[in-house]
Amino acid sequence: MNVIVCVRQTPDTESAIKIAADGRTINTDGLKYVLGPYDEYSHEAAVQLVEKNGGEVTAISFGPERVKETLRNCLAIGASRAVHIHDEDTSHDDALAIATALAAAIKPMSYDLIFTSNKGTDSDRGLVGAMLAERLGLPYVGLVSELELEDGGKALMCGRDVEGGQREKIKVTLPAVICAQKGLREPRYASLMNIMQAKKKPLETKTAAELGVDTAGAVKLEVEKMEYPPQRPPGRLVEGGSVDEKVKELVRLLKEEAKVL
Amino acid sequence: MGNGIWVIGEGKGELSRATCECLSEARRLAGEEKVSCLLLGSGVSSWAGQAGKFGADEVLVCDNAELGKYNLETWAHLVAAAVDSKKPDLVLVPATTHGSELAARVAARLGLGLASEVVSLSRGDDGQFRAVRPMFAGKVRVTVRFKENGTRMATVRPNVLTLAETNRSGAVSSLDFGKPEKTGADMVSVETRGEGSSVDLSEASIVVSGGRGLKGPENFHLVHTLAEVLGGAVGASRMVVDAGWKEHSCQVGQTGRVVTPDLYIAVGISGAIQHLVGMQNAGCIVAINNNPEAAIFKVADYGLVGDLFEVLPALTEELKRSRN
Ligand SMILES: Cc1cc2nc3c(=O)[nH]c(=O)nc-3n(C[C@H](O)[C@H](O)[C@H](O)COP(=O)(O)OP(=O)(O)OC[C@H]3O[C@@H](n4cnc5c(N)ncnc54)[C@H](O)[C@@H]3O)c2cc1C
Ligand SMILES: Nc1ncnc2c1ncn2[C@@H]1O[C@H](COP(=O)(O)O)[C@@H](O)[C@H]1O
Repeated sequence: MNVIVCVRQTPDTESAIKIAADGRTINTDGLKYVLGPYDEYSHEAAVQLVEKNGGEVTAISFGPERVKETLRNCLAIGASRAVHIHDEDTSHDDALAIATALAAAIKPMSYDLIFTSNKGTDSDRGLVGAMLAERLGLPYVGLVSELELEDGGKALMCGRDVEGGQREKIKVTLPAVICAQKGLREPRYASLMNIMQAKKKPLETKTAAELGVDTAGAVKLEVEKMEYPPQRPPGRLVEGGSVDEKVKELVRLLKEEAKVL
Repeated sequence: MGNGIWVIGEGKGELSRATCECLSEARRLAGEEKVSCLLLGSGVSSWAGQAGKFGADEVLVCDNAELGKYNLETWAHLVAAAVDSKKPDLVLVPATTHGSELAARVAARLGLGLASEVVSLSRGDDGQFRAVRPMFAGKVRVTVRFKENGTRMATVRPNVLTLAETNRSGAVSSLDFGKPEKTGADMVSVETRGEGSSVDLSEASIVVSGGRGLKGPENFHLVHTLAEVLGGAVGASRMVVDAGWKEHSCQVGQTGRVVTPDLYIAVGISGAIQHLVGMQNAGCIVAINNNPEAAIFKVADYGLVGDLFEVLPALTEELKRSRN
């Protein structure tokens, strides 16, 4: 079975985020980029499916030149080949524009299953997967944390948690787009040998224009300004000699000062 | 402009709180213009009164026994057909699991701009809608503008916007767009999961979260009991989830849920940046930790330095006493 994984390169979650002088973008100096934390799970799920059932994993990513580094990492953790849709313009980092470009690149490929994951920890968006499914006319199951092949590989049984403490089981016929939630499969890390071998695997680059996509035209949203969230006023430590005194004082503060009880 | 604002509602037995928040916001933005609530499902007509109460002038229902089970493709087909035929100025959808995927499919199908996980909305003097949404897990927030005229869409983060009641009745009218084509996905079962799930984390007004300081799953009842006395929901740090003490749906933070309760109590949690971004917009934050240097104290309104194994039972008792 052939599986495609859509991966997003994101700044490490430890990164301090600084707003650039234009007030609309971030300052990227010194940022360390990694494979998106949620994509680690979808990528691993894809690799395990192929290890068990045969076939190939193709990792695909839309973005600037630096994205190649993340794709090489994918090749070192089990992908057979990678496709980079090259676009240097950060204002094209728009959900529908990315989904449109990904769909154009994926359409001519041979695949049984496409993975995306919950969200970019930078974009905080969670849209590209369902939009890609719509663009390809495929069924979509979001936030999947449990997954099993059924009907001799023709369908997938997916489990997911939704609001209200409910667990849904959804059966989907392939091909389909599946969006992974954290924990779907435990990610692996690349050994030095894997990293060396990855250098020999194919990494193909395309531009949106080559795919016949007008990315700029597909962009729907524009950032007008970027700000830091309001700072919390400094807090204080609850005083008291004994645990009982502190606890009494805390309850009093919550009732009388914060008025939350 | 002038085609009104729509809210795509959802619920279980009644409209969800997140839907009512969207309706209240729609009412505020609409001024004298019309607010409509679109409801799909079986038996949803009975929610119309509630939709009116939170601001709907009109309730458009697709109430059909065949819509008893949620199905993304079916829902997207029906909602897209409705939006395309009436072309509202703005469509608001709760940013829940179902709402988010539905909004994404509809926006892609109709080629509309969609701002997701929005925490505030406004309409400028130019009549244009603008949305504020977090990025980088809330380390910054951006104001976005829609590049094109026509229908705009937004998914709204639950528990951020305030509810406002009106005295509208929510007049019901039926929509019929026929049956959609066969779909590739089928809801096989929906089960309610056990402990601590009676109050939903993202909608809870009080959240008590436990971290690795609890030492093991056998001590988590201390967190549960406190949450119960407060009528709140239970959360957890990633350490706790990765160790298997709690399920992932409880995780608060960058790779878990973002919560905005009125009161957040962090117990035995160090306050790593990935945890903080999931709770730092809570109304009031209390931290209980035995290490006075813990980073969690930097964001806490009230910090209590102490051993959680002594503090939690004492706090639970004190709250019980002060209730009586
Ligand atoms: C990509 C990525 C994503 C992540 N996403 C998340 C996320 O979504 N959510 C999240 O929470 N983390 C996330 N993390 C993990 C995060 O970096 C921290 O490791 C984690 O939050 C720590 O959990 P903790 O506070 O429970 O444990 P610890 O850091 O071990 O802290 C335990 C705390 O308990 C205190 N303590 C110990 N004993 C007692 C006692 N008897 N009484 C009182 N206090 C006591 C200690 O002083 C300490 O402060 C992520 C990390 C990465 C790399
Ligand atoms: N630039 C991109 N290239 C490839 N896949 C992407 C890209 N951006 C987002 N995705 C995929 O879509 C998911 C959701 O992203 P987002 O809508 O940005 O939160 C990500 O987890 C990826 O699987």
